[in-house]
Amino acid sequence: MEVKDIIKPENLVYQKSRLMAEKQFNFCPGCGHGVVVRTIAEVIEEMGIEHDVIGISPVGCSVFLYDFYKFDVVEAAHGRACAVATGIKRVQPDKYVFTYQGDGDLAAIGTGETIHACNRGENIVIVFINNGIYGMTGGQMAPTTLEGMKTTTCPRGRDVKTMGYPLNITPLLAQLDGVCYVTRHSVHTPANVRKLKKALRTAFENQRDKKGTSVVEVVSNCNSGWGLTPKAANDWMVENMFKKYPLGDMKVDGRLVMDMNAPR
Amino acid sequence: MKGNEAIAEAAIRAGADAFYGYPITPQTEVMEYLMETDATARTGMAVLQAESEVSAINMVYGGASTGHRVMTSSSSPGISLMSEGISFIAGAELPCLLINVSRGGPGLGTIQPSQADYFQTVKGGGHGDYKLLTLAPSSVQELADFIALGFDLAFKYRNPTMILADGALGQMMEKIYLPEQRPRLTEYPEWATNGTPEGKERRFVTSLNLLPQEHELVNIRLQKKYREMEKNEVRYEMIQCDDAEYVIVAFGIIARIAQKSIELARAKGHKIGLFRPITLYPFPYGEIRALADEKRVKGLMSVELSAGQMIEDIRLAVEGRKPVGFFGRLGGMVPTPEEIENALYDYFNIK
Repeated sequence: MEVKDIIKPENLVYQKSRLMAEKQFNFCPGCGHGVVVRTIAEVIEEMGIEHDVIGISPVGCSVFLYDFYKFDVVEAAHGRACAVATGIKRVQPDKYVFTYQGDGDLAAIGTGETIHACNRGENIVIVFINNGIYGMTGGQMAPTTLEGMKTTTCPRGRDVKTMGYPLNITPLLAQLDGVCYVTRHSVHTPANVRKLKKALRTAFENQRDKKGTSVVEVVSNCNSGWGLTPKAANDWMVENMFKKYPLGDMKVDGRLVMDMNAPR
Repeated sequence: MKGNEAIAEAAIRAGADAFYGYPITPQTEVMEYLMETDATARTGMAVLQAESEVSAINMVYGGASTGHRVMTSSSSPGISLMSEGISFIAGAELPCLLINVSRGGPGLGTIQPSQADYFQTVKGGGHGDYKLLTLAPSSVQELADFIALGFDLAFKYRNPTMILADGALGQMMEKIYLPEQRPRLTEYPEWATNGTPEGKERRFVTSLNLLPQEHELVNIRLQKKYREMEKNEVRYEMIQCDDAEYVIVAFGIIARIAQKSIELARAKGHKIGLFRPITLYPFPYGEIRALADEKRVKGLMSVELSAGQMIEDIRLAVEGRKPVGFFGRLGGMVPTPEEIENALYDYFNIK
């Protein structure tokens, strides 16, 4: 059997979403970003909402989002994605608006915008990539950097006495009345990618049904920033990141489902 | 009607789609009026109190990216906070209307009128080579009239328009003719990111370029646009300049006061005129230069509510042809017509 015998429509098991541009990702090989970006495209394609969707790509590794999608995207200043999304949504309440933000963007410089957009119950989807580091600028400490974790601005490891504690922000967001859905996922196995896809679908359906803010966190790797191979980075993530940032739903349909007594 | 209320009423009547703001004295009445008169019920426009000026300007950025008529108003410290966002809006070439009901600085300063934000408005404020099309009203009537004009100029050039007012204009009451209600937009520009229409290419709004050779081209395009604005949009008013030997140059509220000064001076037989720039960018360089070229004109004097900012542009216009004097009050203090009159006599030794 030759390759041309295999490449037939009846043998097709997976193809790139038609909403993805013919553009090579500029994410590092092994990084989780690419998987999340294309999973969002798949959900939008499956829901058939690509003519009514506007994505927001703020500063960070997310900044080139507009290069990868075949639907409208607005680039935002660092941390301001939720404000930009609010500005768009308020004049076009029937469009689908989502932000794609890293941990520095959402939980450091943009904390105010994030919390207040959530508190107003802006009818948007927030996709939050938490890899515990500033990837775009070359691996500095993020608000979500784990205790003892080394980055270029905490080369001897994060000392919580002087640098503060890792900020577990999504459980905080879950407690805001405007927020209807908060969930945490990963993309390190196919099973996890499928769970993420389902969560993203729920988030966009919440927006369609005007239920309030949906926050989908993805705990991801940054193998370049962490100085690890992709495989070792994923293993390190499972062993360390998942302890501080356990996967699962925190709020569903406006009801808190997380264990408030669990260590956070 | 109070100046700040006139801003709000004119915004509703201009068919604004959204106002995003944050309270700051002396312009809080703008959003209060929009809420009190239920602008949303009247035209469907969105009115939202943001959690900060930083957030408000980025809401403006978002709304403007969809091709809607979006605006904000603030006062000096708030405009400083917005400056990053204003640079992004200018860089992404989005139309919007910004209003600065300015107050005394630096820092928290005072809540009284000031023109010390002139440099911030026309020389930058935020980072990068950009320009704000700047209108300087000197009456509540102009404040109201410039709202629709400001939106239209912003859309004409895909550029933010700034109305540089001050605490006096915002707070004072005058009788005005309100503009007719015009409809909100129903069609949006091709570039607007409001959902890719079927069969069309997706749009994106950004101010980012990785390659300097590409970003130089963006900057060249911006500069070309600014030259067009300089060619087409210079606005000014000349009062009794035809026979004037000395000309006061003043904008905004202080031009109103200086108008009284020239009346007083003329009653004493002194031929004094008033040149009032209405657009601060583009600045009426050519018109001021032409005035300085007149043989009968012996000198000009910049009168400002600052330590002397617009005077730099007047000197650039005059290029040493005639002496340029200065009189200013600082920190929220406003001079009387007599103070201005006497300052002119003192500087030019007019007896």
